[in-house]
Amino acid sequence: MAPQPTDWTTDYDIFDKGYIKNPFPVWDELREQCPVAHTGRWGGSWMPTRYEDVFAIARDVEHFSSRNILVANVAPPPDADDGMGGELIQQYNVGAPPITSDPPEHTWARKLLLPPFSANAVAKWEPETRELCRELIDGFIANGRADGASDYAQQIPSRVIASMLGIPKDMAGTFTEWVRGFLELGLTDPELRRASGRAIFEFLYACIQERKANPGDDLISYLLTSEVDGEPVPEPHVLGTCFLLLVAGIDTTWSSIGSALWHLAQHPEDRARLINEPELMPQAIEELLRAYSPVTMARIVAEDVSYNGCPMSEGDRVLMNFPAANRDPRVFDNPDDVILDRAKNPHVAFGVGIHRCAGSNLARMEMRVALEEWLRRIPDFRLEDPEAVTWAGGQVRGPRTMGIVWP
Amino acid sequence: MKVRVDPDKCQGHNRCYVLAPGLFEVDDLGYAKARGDGAVPPEMHEKARLAVENCPERAIEIIEDDAQ
Ligand code: HEM
Ligand code: SF4
Repeated sequence: MAPQPTDWTTDYDIFDKGYIKNPFPVWDELREQCPVAHTGRWGGSWMPTRYEDVFAIARDVEHFSSRNILVANVAPPPDADDGMGGELIQQYNVGAPPITSDPPEHTWARKLLLPPFSANAVAKWEPETRELCRELIDGFIANGRADGASDYAQQIPSRVIASMLGIPKDMAGTFTEWVRGFLELGLTDPELRRASGRAIFEFLYACIQERKANPGDDLISYLLTSEVDGEPVPEPHVLGTCFLLLVAGIDTTWSSIGSALWHLAQHPEDRARLINEPELMPQAIEELLRAYSPVTMARIVAEDVSYNGCPMSEGDRVLMNFPAANRDPRVFDNPDDVILDRAKNPHVAFGVGIHRCAGSNLARMEMRVALEEWLRRIPDFRLEDPEAVTWAGGQVRGPRTMGIVWP
Repeated sequence: MKVRVDPDKCQGHNRCYVLAPGLFEVDDLGYAKARGDGAVPPEMHEKARLAVENCPERAIEIIEDDAQ
């Protein structure tokens, strides 16, 4: 293992255990001393931590490409050994549009995806999500304890997206394993990443073939029957987009629900407020998203550019540290305090610019319903052992084991 | 007072609509525009300012009446 960094401005380590658990002091230091830090670790990257810089770089799609959005340099699967034959791989080597697309492809790829994820469209999934949360709570409420991350938060987004894609919900556990292998554990383990990517890819490939024969009222069928400029959407594109929907929606939303429970377990006054003023919930969700933003994305420098004096070369990686931007005191008063009814909160937890999270309305709905149902049934709860909580970090930060107890 | 959403900047975060559904509407893709001619009644001035302060894209503009 590489030694711990001594100077975070020139040698930060996004996979350092202490940093994953508590990155906030590091960001505070970097924001003041070296607002665009650099490291040689994990393939090398630049890391802005001020809101203005993250905002500016995210919106400058000419100089900063999305063709690779991973925060570490790992081999992107599927590759030549994915067991599906050379030609098919070439044909299917489409990335994960629209998140890995730049304009002009991005424009239509995103437009295709927005209608089924509009606030109105996702409202349709609310009753099912609520029912799911209730069933989960029924399963453990009598025990007086549960793992808020693995027994609850983790179970929600995987089932909702399975429903939307028209895939049996008993696949949800398998999805979660695959997605963690791809996006979380796989970022430092290329073999696991390759195997997980291949499993998702093959599974979705089979689903698409099946849906072509039996179209239904689901997202895969919607994508297969959609047209762009009068032509059907190419099948490889559908595969890439389904891949993205699975990967983008699970770890992320699970992490934000988990972090919200982690906060509420330690703040009885905030629990009481949400119970007594339920109309505060939408604003509170935005504040919890701000304070515990789970997602960091990356950009690849498209041509040599000097950004605020930093000599960035073509091909360099830049980490879009949305979570650090959301704690910048230049924009947010008392950024480390969670103020459920914070008035000024232009947070960028869902990104900013043309790649704004297409699933943001779905994620908000899932968070709100998950917290509403939990607070209704378990209004009084605390962490079993705050020191025992484990966190994942890197691309997506959130609690992974989190014992919660209630009277 | 009037509000205006710059369609080139709006990315459909839906924040304005949630904060002030009386002032904004969103289309099927989630992009926002001001309702009607964008006029903001006095009792909603505060809401309009809130929407401006919460839009991550800085897409909302307030046009104050100059004839007071
Ligand atoms: C709290 C949960 C979530 C967070 C914090 C989050 C965060 C983000 C962020 C920061 C981006 C911007 C990427 C970039 O700038 O490179 C993004 C993009 C995206 N997210 Fe999410 N996400 C969440 C949940 C979801 C869900 C539930 C889905 C759908 C199932 C989803 C689908 C997408 C898609 C499709 C994009 C790509 C949009 C584009 O490139 O135009 N996300 N997300
Ligand atoms: S908050 Fe801003 S970006 Fe979001 S819908 Fe409203 S105007 Fe558009």
